[in-house]
Amino acid sequence: MRWLPVFKKEMRLYFGSPIAYVVGTFFLLISGWFFSQIFLIYSDISMRSFMQPQFGQNLNIADSVMRPLFTNMAVVFLFLVPMLTMRLFAEEKRSGTMELLLTYPVRDGEVLAGKFLASVALYALLLALTWLYPGLVAYFTRVEWGPMLTSYLGLLLIGGTFLAVGLFVSSLTENQIVAGFGTFGILLAFWVIGWGADSASGTLRTVLQYLSVTDHMDSFTRGLIDTKDLVYYGTFIILALFLTSRSLESKRWRG
Amino acid sequence: MIQVDHLTKRYGPVTAIQDVSFNVEKGQIVGFLGPNGAGKSTTMKILSCFMPATGGTARIAGFDVFSRSLEVRRRIGYLPENAPLYADLPVAAYLDFVAEIKGVSRATRKSRVADVMERCFVTDMQHRLIGKLSKGYRQRVGLAQALLGDPEVLILDEPTIGLDPRQIAEIRSLIRSLAGQHTVILSTHILPEVSAVCDGVIIINRGRIVAQGTESELVQQVFPSARVELQVAGPTGDVLAALRALPAVSHVEAVQSRNGGTSFLVESPRDMDVRGELVRLAASRGWALQELHQVGMSLEEVFIRVVAGEETEDAVGVGERA
Repeated sequence: MRWLPVFKKEMRLYFGSPIAYVVGTFFLLISGWFFSQIFLIYSDISMRSFMQPQFGQNLNIADSVMRPLFTNMAVVFLFLVPMLTMRLFAEEKRSGTMELLLTYPVRDGEVLAGKFLASVALYALLLALTWLYPGLVAYFTRVEWGPMLTSYLGLLLIGGTFLAVGLFVSSLTENQIVAGFGTFGILLAFWVIGWGADSASGTLRTVLQYLSVTDHMDSFTRGLIDTKDLVYYGTFIILALFLTSRSLESKRWRG
Repeated sequence: MIQVDHLTKRYGPVTAIQDVSFNVEKGQIVGFLGPNGAGKSTTMKILSCFMPATGGTARIAGFDVFSRSLEVRRRIGYLPENAPLYADLPVAAYLDFVAEIKGVSRATRKSRVADVMERCFVTDMQHRLIGKLSKGYRQRVGLAQALLGDPEVLILDEPTIGLDPRQIAEIRSLIRSLAGQHTVILSTHILPEVSAVCDGVIIINRGRIVAQGTESELVQQVFPSARVELQVAGPTGDVLAALRALPAVSHVEAVQSRNGGTSFLVESPRDMDVRGELVRLAASRGWALQELHQVGMSLEEVFIRVVAGEETEDAVGVGERA
């Protein structure tokens, strides 16, 4: 199990450089802004529903605050994750440290696992910080924790997917900007592909809907754990990691 | 310990090394010598399992570097060219990472790291970020990481580059002290380095091995006869004739000497010293003796002869100079 030293090294590099702090700061700023806006609008609407009770029928905190917040957070991560993953392999290749890493007695899979798990750990840490928002809501009103937990599971899975794609793209290039932007482009494509489903019909519509990376978040935010979504994220992550390990292995063959 | 057999590496149409074969015995220190771009780094990258060869095989401790790569990597310490290290890690943290990844047990890790820092003279910099270190310190941290885990074989690509003369002496004595327990292959284009630390020499030029052996073997191989440079105040033609008449002299040549005069290169069999005879000759003819010394005995001259000889042999050799 030699993935642990790689994991520890990556964590040190995240926190030894400004990356973790800069990404963390801006993520909290943006998600906090979303939360406060959504929460203020909600309190405004619930205030008005007091005067006109017919509007307040379907008003509940899970649907009106937490679901839009989590969906928005997934989109914010779509922008941030490429910045967490772009250096993982690209920087090592550019600076030549890859040459040393690959000549240590460690398997490619262990290097890959160490790097992936380190990025997942940092991502999970960012997610953990957002518990502040449901915590705040729970201070004012009753919160159903079940859907909350499934939402976080969904966010962890979608984040893992983003990170795995980022890791793969980073293994293809030695240019960090190419790695970052390439990842962003792929993720963006998998997000907007779902929009096409609205105008499509029949099989195409189903396919487009199924491909959309954010659509699969939906049932998680409603408190559902659907095998269809687990399979989607699971295969996405495994495929991306498999391609990364191929990309590393091809390096050993080609030189 | 290191067996290299007909190793060839091509990058697309460019052949970096061709048909390279050599052996390094256990406990030996071998210098890999060659002009820039000769294929030194390529060979080392293959030996360290970083890059596969196009043809031929290389074995370290009996394990093939390609098919048994992991076994080989457990036994080597590698310092790549320019010592690529993580700029954002402090020295001690970096070395701790290397020790852990090389499988040094948790109990001994701390003392092993302290030990290599001591041996490579980086202890006083252990809390600095590697990126902030000078080239010389970075090079020594690179050497320290290669030594961690006490590998049987060390592959060092230009270990003393970027160091000041005192540091070079320290690192050389460190490498020298590794002989016996460790097998070391180091590349360099600094010739005195090879004389100072290496047991054997391999000279590579334009991807091919052009000479190998111990330093004295190479000298004898390249210069089968001893050469003496003589400068006397006498008419060139007379001197030439007189020298040729000497029985021990096998060949004489008049050349332009460094100070502008004419000097004579006198060759004779290695076991005969003709210098006494030359002095007597000059004295008997009344030619004032101005200079008399042996030439062609150093590794540097071997190197220049071997590499330059290659380049004049076929006129394609462009852009490679020692």
